[in-house]
Order: sequence, then structure tokens, then C-alpha cells
Amino acid sequence: MKRRIKSLEELEKLRNEIKAKKDPNKPTIAICVGSGCIALGVPEIVKALKNDITRRNLIEKVEIRETGCLGSCEEGPMAIIYPEEICYFRIKTEDASEIIEKTIIGKKIIERLLYKDPNTGRTVKNLKDIPFYKYQLRPLLEKNALFDPKKIEDYIAQGGYSALTKCLFKMKPEDIISEIKTSNLRGRGGGGFPTGTKWQTTKEAPEDPKYVIVNCDEGDPGAFMDRALMEGNPHSILEGLIIGAIAIGSQQGFIYVREEYPLALENISLAVRQAEGLGFLGKNILGSEFSFNVRIHRGAGAFVSGESSALMTAIEGKVGEPRPKYVHTAVKGIWNRPSCLNNVETWANVPLIILNGAKWFRGIGTKGSSGTKIFSLVGKVKNTGLVEVPMGITLQDLVYKIGGGIKEDKEFKAIQTGGPSGGFIPKKYLKLPVDFDELDKIGSMMGSGGMVVMDEDTCMVDVAKYFVDFLLEESCGKCIPCRDGLKVLSSILDDICRGGGKKEDTQIINDLSETIKEASLCALGSTAANPVLTSLEYFKDEWEQHIKEKKCPAKACKALINYYIEPKKCQACLLCLKECPVNAIHGDKDQVHWIEQEKCTKCGACYDICNFNAVERISGRPVPPLPPNGTKPIRKKGK
Amino acid sequence: MVNSITIEIDGKKIKVKEGITILEAANQLNIDIPNLCHHEELEPFGACRICSVEIERKGRTRIVAACCYPIEEGLKVKTRSEKIDRIRKAILELAAVTSGENVTGEMRSLASEYNADLSKFASRITFKPTKCILCGLCVRRCTEATWDSVIGFVGRGVERQIVEFPEKKDICAVCTYCHDVCPTGRIKSTGADPSFPSLDDVLAGRE
Repeated sequence: MKRRIKSLEELEKLRNEIKAKKDPNKPTIAICVGSGCIALGVPEIVKALKNDITRRNLIEKVEIRETGCLGSCEEGPMAIIYPEEICYFRIKTEDASEIIEKTIIGKKIIERLLYKDPNTGRTVKNLKDIPFYKYQLRPLLEKNALFDPKKIEDYIAQGGYSALTKCLFKMKPEDIISEIKTSNLRGRGGGGFPTGTKWQTTKEAPEDPKYVIVNCDEGDPGAFMDRALMEGNPHSILEGLIIGAIAIGSQQGFIYVREEYPLALENISLAVRQAEGLGFLGKNILGSEFSFNVRIHRGAGAFVSGESSALMTAIEGKVGEPRPKYVHTAVKGIWNRPSCLNNVETWANVPLIILNGAKWFRGIGTKGSSGTKIFSLVGKVKNTGLVEVPMGITLQDLVYKIGGGIKEDKEFKAIQTGGPSGGFIPKKYLKLPVDFDELDKIGSMMGSGGMVVMDEDTCMVDVAKYFVDFLLEESCGKCIPCRDGLKVLSSILDDICRGGGKKEDTQIINDLSETIKEASLCALGSTAANPVLTSLEYFKDEWEQHIKEKKCPAKACKALINYYIEPKKCQACLLCLKECPVNAIHGDKDQVHWIEQEKCTKCGACYDICNFNAVERISGRPVPPLPPNGTKPIRKKGK
Repeated sequence: MVNSITIEIDGKKIKVKEGITILEAANQLNIDIPNLCHHEELEPFGACRICSVEIERKGRTRIVAACCYPIEEGLKVKTRSEKIDRIRKAILELAAVTSGENVTGEMRSLASEYNADLSKFASRITFKPTKCILCGLCVRRCTEATWDSVIGFVGRGVERQIVEFPEKKDICAVCTYCHDVCPTGRIKSTGADPSFPSLDDVLAGRE
């Protein structure tokens, strides 16, 4: 599609042409080709599906729609078959032909590929009846299933760019800002700053030119919200950005995408080219007076570049290091010019608000936090994946209703929100509604939407150390509190995990955290102590056991545990003995096995493989004496 | 025309011109705010954070870096308090993680003033002391002197260090600016009549 659209009428004409060519009842397989499902082998499945329809001469009659992330990563690769909206999960290449034959041609359901409710054992046909989706509200993500992100005509057919025309031809820039303000949209990147206010500040800043920026430098461990939007619906982000530019009076936009997201980069680059081709970008957009261009900036792989001033420094072509922000970047940003930076998800919300109205948006969520929020629910939860929920949903509902509870029905211990600088939230706050202000109150934060669920096997000292080490690795090293403060913090935590903790350590941690929090240059440093502080506050007992008793109650800190084979349980099956990679286990066919502690590397292979729960992890007490040589196993009945 | 505005530092009211920083305003009042990465002829950098002060704005207090914070009407600043002293002491002790305790210059005098124990974390971290706190003054001063830079930062986080770019050695203006601004005595002249701080030695980690 290369013709440049020069008016609103031309766009509507094109939209009607595209729609006329589409048959809503055409059998369609919408299959997720997001990064997660690609890793699960989806390209092969797509190839098999395409080969199969070619073989059967169905190319014109069946559509294979390669979509962005559909959400249920745990059950992937997944597909939705239209018009019946049948959902298939865990699809394999071998299933391709059967799906075409039975479901597309024969209109029959393949039971095996349906979602099976683990509680009732019943299969579920439609997305909306699956518990993982039932409790979600997905105005942003549900679009992913409806089109191929590589085809601008799909986006246009679904009403795409009509929010843009509304802003270009029916609203004044002030009206747009006032609509966004009224909607109470707050920054989805984690800061929660009111978006409309930021736009206004940039608009009113005296200098020109002004810039608008998309921040897609999502680097939190276990977070992939922005990736899913960028891969699955790039035009919605672009449309939001153009609308922002109109409102603010900017003629140049930047889209910062981290290099580690190749598919997101590919799709947004293509989207920009398509939008330029059709006249949604460039000079005199859709025949109006407004001109706007976009440049894509590829991130060079630094977590800290997600911080707004660092990101802007990177766009200027320098090393992505933060700079003092006492004057907002909205006033002095890229090249010291007013620059309005918003997160991917914030921009993606803009067209929805313009089309559905601020009132609609405010109707979702809580008083202080309107709308929905996308979270990547990961960790020790049964249904991991990308979820979109109204603000104010409780953590309990997220973990148990949507997430299906803890894996292997173990005990919930904590949930970490807000990425590496968020806090750990203990069980007693599970009823807490998730919104910007509530999470702040208990020492965590909304962040960009990472949610890591932890169970009884997670050691809260060890995991605090993990996040401190992550931030230490990612600190730019410019300011002393963050660079050296995190280094010292990490080494203290390391000592504690190795059994070398001293009783004054927790006080030193608290003191250091104050300096890191108060005196660091940017938000990476000032929030870096959150995981440690919340862990200390809510799991004090675990810290004390590590420090005083040299005991790791979760039995996760290698230096504080020993593996031991209980002679009364060992069936002398030789399994662990063969599994041990360092030959530390001794015994024989009819002799109970025992572990040579000096050789043991505590890899846990024996613990995992034993069928009789005979291998035990012990912590905080000495290893019991070995059974006399040649001790015979006490055989279990029936074995 | 630049407007003048009134602010309050340590209880003293002062009329200053708009656009200057807290540090500059304090200098006008002869109130001393320590700094290690700041030079009046260079752009504020905000790296050492030793100039942290407490400000009160709209009823809320927070800690900011005086070298970077632009003053605004009605701003109240406290340059010393128990908390600020505690933070400054901690920053000095943390800076010593990379520099070691064997420093001279401004850092040494601040350590005595704030009673900082520069060996506090020495037993926990086994870093080879570099005598450098990565304040970047030498790098920025060099950029100004040579319109380029003979030296620069490499690496990230704790691996950050200052190195000489070998291909740029020839543009050294032998101005000794880097020596003059170094707050820890890391860059120093050697010999009776040194033309330039022995950068090779500095960078090779030799004293």
C-alpha cells in the first residue's frame, strides 16, 4: 500500500475498501507468533498450517493470521479459531493438519487441544470462559488477536487511526490534553505521573522544537508487557504518539526500542514505514496542516537507559547515563529542549481514550488510578503469562483467580511488584488493591508491571541479594551512593547468605539504604534498596535465622544447607548414586546410600530424583552420623 | 532581564538572581557546602552527591544535590543537619571503597570534618585501591582544555574507570588542569619540573 491519503474521506474510503474485501465469517486461525511462542516453535507450526491449506487448495478460503502475544504464555503455543472463537493450546507441528481437517473443514472440536480446567477436569472452548481470561479486562491486549501486526490494513479495518483523525479534524490540541487529563491516565512505565499534566508542561515550555518519545527499554527481569504491545499492536502506539505530538505541538518523535527485542524492532520499524507510506506520518498528515516525523532509536543494552534522562542522553548519541532532573525533562530534555517521554503502554492507551472518552476510562479502575494495567505474571504461579486487569484488582485475585494459585499447591510467600526496585509484598497484604498509591504505601511500587510470585522455597535473603546484584550490574556507576553503596550492600548480603552474617549487619544495611535512597542521582539508585528493605521488614525472622543460627529456613542458600539421605527411607535404588555428577554418593544395590559431604556440591540432583523422599535438605543443624557400612534398606511394602 | 528571587539558606534570607543553583547561592552567603565533583567553571555533574542538602518545598522536605538544583522562589534550604551529616559521612566511606583510604586533598579534609572512617568497608570488599573516586573532574576539564579529551570513562557500574585513549595522547595540551582539579591526589606531578602528571603511571595503577 503506497498511496498517500490526503483527507479524512480518503481514509474512510480506504477503510471501507479493506472491509469490503474481508469476510467476517472466513475461517481464520489466529496464531500467536510473539517472542514467547516463537521460542516454543511456532514458526514451524505456522509453516505446517500454511503447507496444509496450500495442499488442500484452501489458500483463498482460510486465513492464517500471525498475531502478537495472546497472553497465556504458559499454555503456548496458542491459537484462536474464528468465527467460532475456539481456543487451542500447547499446539504442536503434528497437530496442524488435524486442525485444518477437523476444525476448519469438519467444524469439529479437537478436545485434546482445549484448555482443561485442573479443578473440574472439564474442557473449555472459549477464551472468555477460561479462568485465566475470565477475570481480566483487556481493552489493550484483546486487539492482538484481531490482526496481523505486520499489516496496516488489518489495523485500519479495525478502526485504526480514527482516533488520529478525530484529533486532527475535530479536536483542538487543548481539547486533547484536557481529555487525557480528565481520563486521569497515569504513566504506565512505573512513575505514575499524570500523563495530561506532563503533556501540558511540555506544551507550555517556552522553547522549540519539542519532542515526543516512546520508551520501550523494558528491562526488568520477567517483564514483557511493552514487548507484547510493540510486537502485537505497533500501530496503536504510533497512533498514540502522533496524537500526543498534535496536542503538544511536536514535529519530531523518537521511539526507543531495546536491541534485545528484535521482533518488536522489526514490527515497529515496519509500522513506521507503512504509516509514512499512507500519509499518517510525514508532511501534512492526511491533508492537514500538521507534519510529524518519527525516528526509531535502537537501545544499546543498558537497563539504566530506561530512565528518562538517560534515555534522552542516549538519543543524543552519548552514553546512556542519567543526568540531574531537577528541571523536568518535559522542560529540558533531548538537547535541552522540551521532551515528553511516555511508556509504550501509556501511548497505547491514548487512542482508546480519545475514541471511547475520558469518562469510559475513568469508569475502569480506582479513584486514583484509572484504566487497566498489563502485568506479566511470572514465578511460582500456575498460569504465567500476560494479564490485563482493571486497576484496583486485589493481589489475591491476580495470584489465585487469574494465576490459578501457587505451583504444586505450595505455600505463597511473597509477590514482588515493580521490577528489581520494587518491594516484596507478604501474605498479609494479599487483599491489597493494586494501584499506584496503595503499592507505594507498603514500600513497593507499581513499576512497569512485572509481578514475580514466590513460594515457600524462595529464600527472602537470597532473592533480595539477587535483585541487588541485578541493579549493581546495571548501575551506570556515575554516582557514589548507587555504585559503591550497592557494591557494599551486595557484599553484606553475600556474607549473610554464606553464613558469615554479623548481628550488626541489619543496622548497617538500614543505614546504607538511607544514603542510597536519599542521595542517588536517579531513580535506579533511589529505589534500589526497596527489595532489601521490604524483605527486612516483612521477613525479619528469616534474616535473623540466617545471621544468628546460620540457617536458611527456605533451604535455598547453598552454603547453609547440607544434603542427607535418611537411612530409614532409602530404598537403595541406586538412582541418586548414578545421578550425582561428582560421585559423592556411596552405597550399593542392597546398601542404603550416603553422601560424602566433603565432595558434595549441593546441586540438588539427588533431591530431585529420589522417588522416596529419602534425600533431605537440612539447615541450621549438624548432619546426622552416617549409618554403619552395609546397612540394609528397610523395604517399603508393596515396592 | 533576570529576575531576582528570595530564598532562605540555613535561616538566612537572601535575594539572588533566578537560574543559579543552591550551591552558587550558598557561596554568595559564604555558606560552605562541600563538593568533590564540582568546579565553578564546568557544567554541574551531580556524581559525588556530597553536596546533598535538605530542601523544603510545598511543605515537603527532600534531599537534593546543591550543585545541580536550580533555586526557586520561597525555597528553604538546610545545609547541615544530623541526617545530612550522616549521609555525607556515608558517601565518603562509600567513595573509599574504590579509592582506598590513602587519599589526600579535599577528600582527606572532608573525611576528617565528617569523621568518616575510610576503612569502614575495607574488610568487606577486596578492591585494589585506585585513589580515584570517579568524580570525572579531570575528564571534563580535559574536554574543555583540548576541545576533545585525552582521557575518558569506560565501563559501567563498579567496573567504571578512567582511561587514557592512546590514539589521543598527542592532543594533550600539557595544561595540568587535570592535576589541579583532582580532589583525591590521584593525578599528580612527578619529578622536579613535571610537564604533565604522569598519566601513563596513573592509568597503569602505579603511584
